[in-house]
Amino acid sequence: MENRPLEYDYTVTKMFMFTTIALGIVGMLIGVILAFQLAYPGLNLMLGEGLAEYTNFSRLRPLHTDAVIFGFTLSGIFATWYYVGQRVLKVSMAESKLLMFLGKLHFWLYIITVVAVVISLFAGVTTSKEYAEFEWPIDIAIVVVWVLFGMSIFGLIGIRREKSLYISVWYYIATFLGIAMLYLFNNMEIPTIMASAPDGSHVGGNWWHSISMYAGTNDALVQWWYGHNAVAFGFTVPIVAMIYYFLPKESGQAIYSYKLSLLSFWGLMFLYLWAGGHHLLYSTVPDWMQTMGSIFSVILILPSWGSAINMLLTMKGEWQQVAASPLIKFMILASTFYMFSTLEGPIQAIKSVNAIAHFTDWIVGHVHDGVLGWVGFMIMAALFHMAPRVFKREIYSKSLMTSQFWIQTLGVVLYFTSMWIAGITQGMMWRAHDEFGNLAYSFIDTVTVLHPYYTIRGVGGLLYLVGFFMFAYNIYKTMSARPVEESELQSASPMGA
Amino acid sequence: MDIAQLQAYGYFALTVFLVIGLYGYIYHLYSKRKNSDGVDYEEYSNMALHDDIDDTPVASISDDKKK
Ligand code: HEM
Ligand code: HEM
Repeated sequence: MENRPLEYDYTVTKMFMFTTIALGIVGMLIGVILAFQLAYPGLNLMLGEGLAEYTNFSRLRPLHTDAVIFGFTLSGIFATWYYVGQRVLKVSMAESKLLMFLGKLHFWLYIITVVAVVISLFAGVTTSKEYAEFEWPIDIAIVVVWVLFGMSIFGLIGIRREKSLYISVWYYIATFLGIAMLYLFNNMEIPTIMASAPDGSHVGGNWWHSISMYAGTNDALVQWWYGHNAVAFGFTVPIVAMIYYFLPKESGQAIYSYKLSLLSFWGLMFLYLWAGGHHLLYSTVPDWMQTMGSIFSVILILPSWGSAINMLLTMKGEWQQVAASPLIKFMILASTFYMFSTLEGPIQAIKSVNAIAHFTDWIVGHVHDGVLGWVGFMIMAALFHMAPRVFKREIYSKSLMTSQFWIQTLGVVLYFTSMWIAGITQGMMWRAHDEFGNLAYSFIDTVTVLHPYYTIRGVGGLLYLVGFFMFAYNIYKTMSARPVEESELQSASPMGA
Repeated sequence: MDIAQLQAYGYFALTVFLVIGLYGYIYHLYSKRKNSDGVDYEEYSNMALHDDIDDTPVASISDDKKK
């Protein structure tokens, strides 16, 4: 080797950090628009009748979900993998030209796929399966991107110096394997140009269009096995991977119990895959499957809290750090919200509770206390921790970070409290009836009652978005902040006033 | 034996197996303080805490090759 000392190479990390922020802005901006459209339907026409096709709620909704899941969250997962992976395996990307090449290829193919997704969804091209709206040519591109991600994971593991795999690496591997399996099975589809009608005539249609290989109840089952586990392996497993690395590193504290982290890992892996049935309670899927989904969901609280409590206890004796550092605040609040949504989820999975909750805004509330409080906070914390290390500069402003924390926390609280009230009100009104079984309310009665809560949710979402802009600005300014020495980067991140 | 009876036996056997598996794993984690390299599980936290490229690995791959 040359004389230059070996260093970790963060080129690919930086690229994915950029898309995390850019796609986060896009996705959350659309989320806020959606929220206000629900409160003020006139906004569906915000750019006039002519463009209503592109600005209406139904066209924008999948753009929101896919931008935040496959844009913001996935980029965050990739960015942290290319950072954490090198460090805990103690091997640099600079040591392998091949891995470096694959990493960059991974990024650029990802960008191409994102562009294809955005264009096709705006154009209204969709398979109509939630979180799996992409047509088959895009599905193929996604599979290639995913395979490249896998090659990077196993490539780095292959040339590692550290013999054992740190707990986060296990979670990243599980993310890779889990999504690979789910995505392939749920997207088994047949292009309509290849299909023929029962009478033998040609079906035709657009070349990109396809239909699912499964029909009816089977399709629903596979779809929610996928949908639920997309949450598991997209919003939970990789985020746990992040917190197991970034919280100990930032606080300088060893994980409270490494053994508990292993036990929770296997518990989570075993239980999650059976719980998808809770999305299909009281539907046409077999009763025993619904019951099984319910039971596994309730037990799921154990490994979930196992990880979350492990994280909170990691701060044992060091709680002054939570008060002192906004970065640690983000992570502690993230694990608290993780506990919160994994308590709420099992409750909603109980059949009698689900009878009220299903189809209502309470579910949307559950979704967003998970994604805003847990996923969003943890990904932003990870970027805050990585920024000084990849740019070798201190974080631009600590006070900006603290204000962002409080603004966004308020935003999340407004979001989920309003949705709880809205959801439970909705559920109770839908089922209310008089002594003869006539429904007490018509649909529009609920809409009228819910209006104020929709507005509050919109305001909460807007606060979160404002906070996200503060975050983006802070990271941007970090790139030209005061340069720091290697010695300042050991644990707590250096921050400017 | 009809199918329902078979299912019941299968269900019971599976439950016993899982319970033994779970407690066996917990017992393994706590009794086996050190793995074959003489490393305590709790020391694995140091993989994150000391993760500079020139830090000494908790258990190095190259030690393995030397043996
Ligand atoms: C123990 C863990 C959890 C359980 C048992 C659980 C349970 C549930 C239940 C019962 C539903 C409602 C299904 C319905 O009636 O439509 C649901 C929906 C959902 N949950 Fe969870 N949840 C858990 C954790 C989480 C976490 C941590 C997140 C995100 C970070 C999350 C994200 C979602 C999403 C996105 C949906 C909506 C899916 C859709 O209808 O499109 N869940 N969950
Ligand atoms: C600025 C903050 C955000 C706002 C205002 C917002 C708003 C919304 C709205 C209005 C909906 C549609 C609800 C409905 O159909 O009734 C929605 C759905 C959804 N959002 Fe967000 N969102 C935000 C951020 C996020 C983030 C960061 C994520 C994920 C990382 C996310 C994930 C989702 C998911 C998975 C759904 C589908 C839920 C379901 O089908 O039950 N959102 N969001």
